[in-house]
Amino acid sequence: MKTRRIILVVFIYFLTLGNSFSIEADVFVQSTVNRASKILSENLSKDEKINKLKIIAEETVDIKGIGFYTLGSIRKNLNDSQKDKYSKLFREYFLKSFSSRLSEYTNPEIDVLSKEVLSENYTIVNSLLKGTSERPEVKIDWRVYTKNPENPLIRDLIIEGLSLARTQKEEFASILSSNDNKIDALFKTLEEFSKN
Amino acid sequence: MVNYIIRDLMIKKILIIIFTTLTLTLNANAGSDGDLILKKNEPSEVKDCFEKINRVTFALNQTLDGVIFKPVASLYRKLPSTAKTGVSNSLDNISHLLTIPNNILQGDFKQAGINTGRFIINTTIGILGIFDVAEYLGLTNYEKEDYGQSLAKLGVGPGCYIVLPVLGPSTARDTLSSAFNYLGGDPWYNVTVNNDTQYFKNSDYYYSKGVSGVDFRAKNYDSIENLEKNSLDFYASVKSLYLQDRQQKILNSRKIINTQNDSDWEEINQ
Repeated sequence: MKTRRIILVVFIYFLTLGNSFSIEADVFVQSTVNRASKILSENLSKDEKINKLKIIAEETVDIKGIGFYTLGSIRKNLNDSQKDKYSKLFREYFLKSFSSRLSEYTNPEIDVLSKEVLSENYTIVNSLLKGTSERPEVKIDWRVYTKNPENPLIRDLIIEGLSLARTQKEEFASILSSNDNKIDALFKTLEEFSKN
Repeated sequence: MVNYIIRDLMIKKILIIIFTTLTLTLNANAGSDGDLILKKNEPSEVKDCFEKINRVTFALNQTLDGVIFKPVASLYRKLPSTAKTGVSNSLDNISHLLTIPNNILQGDFKQAGINTGRFIINTTIGILGIFDVAEYLGLTNYEKEDYGQSLAKLGVGPGCYIVLPVLGPSTARDTLSSAFNYLGGDPWYNVTVNNDTQYFKNSDYYYSKGVSGVDFRAKNYDSIENLEKNSLDFYASVKSLYLQDRQQKILNSRKIINTQNDSDWEEINQ
């Protein structure tokens, strides 16, 4: 009887624990934005900021997923070794490009306005980057992958209706088509970007 | 007199070219639903038929940007916000002259009425459009329209992607629709350049276009710099962004649900 009660208590505990870890997509985006804003407003060197932003990106962005999405249909023709190499190179490219873009901003103010649940897997979170004297306000929508509600991940940023993942995909497609769809050409371009 | 005849002949020739090209790009399902319009204007479906020439023109435009637009935009950015807002509002106000006939062409009579109201209020009470009084009065969410968008709504496909010298990215359809502006389609061009109304000079038109370019460059100053710095193929990025933007404008929607198919990701999820 006692054992049953303990098992029941443990079961209920884990059940509630599981639920409490579920993170709403809008809360997740606002918290990510707040973390990034805090780093950007701190009195740190550019390199320090970049390193801290990279950590946030690795925790909150589905880098591997975005990498394969942007590669397009050619991913089906890659062997495992090429896939591994691509994932590694894309990760380096993405983190450098992402942190470099963000580090240019000082104390950006982003307000999360609403969210739209597209499916079990996707939620779009709508936000607004407040305008300054030098630039107008910018609408930013976040495509959040919510298959695992305990660990939502960002898959795309849609700035004023323009998708960054889609732009990246077409950029890679252009590089591949100019090089007879040879994946090595893309590897080389990614390597060069990361080295410079 | 001879000049008028030559001009008439040229206009006729241009109209024939436009008609022929549009006929070629017109689909049998003209006037089709949103899905077909969406598919036709899908960025990945637009062919880059003249890529080599386009890339050369793109490089030329980048040089021009570095020498003229970027430095001027950099200075323009230093103006007080109120001055920049005033300039931007005035340019938007002028653009109503092109938007209203296109609202009508697209069958959006309600929006044509709203935009006519906006134009009258802002030109008078808003002092030649410097102040967007109509916005305060509830006539909000102004969206520019042009003949390219109207043709797309009628089912005309974009044709090939083209990079124009100075003017930048375009498509065959949008280039032809721009040509129509100079053949009487743009009321602002008509009152400044085409006809001697005594109220405006030719230079008013060209100044407005020049300032419009600088205003756009200044508003997107950081974004363009950032994109250029972090792009592996800047030409391809600009092309993608331009075509995505046109697709959004044609659909009059910022809804990305329609423009990014979830199935693209499905395979990755497995």
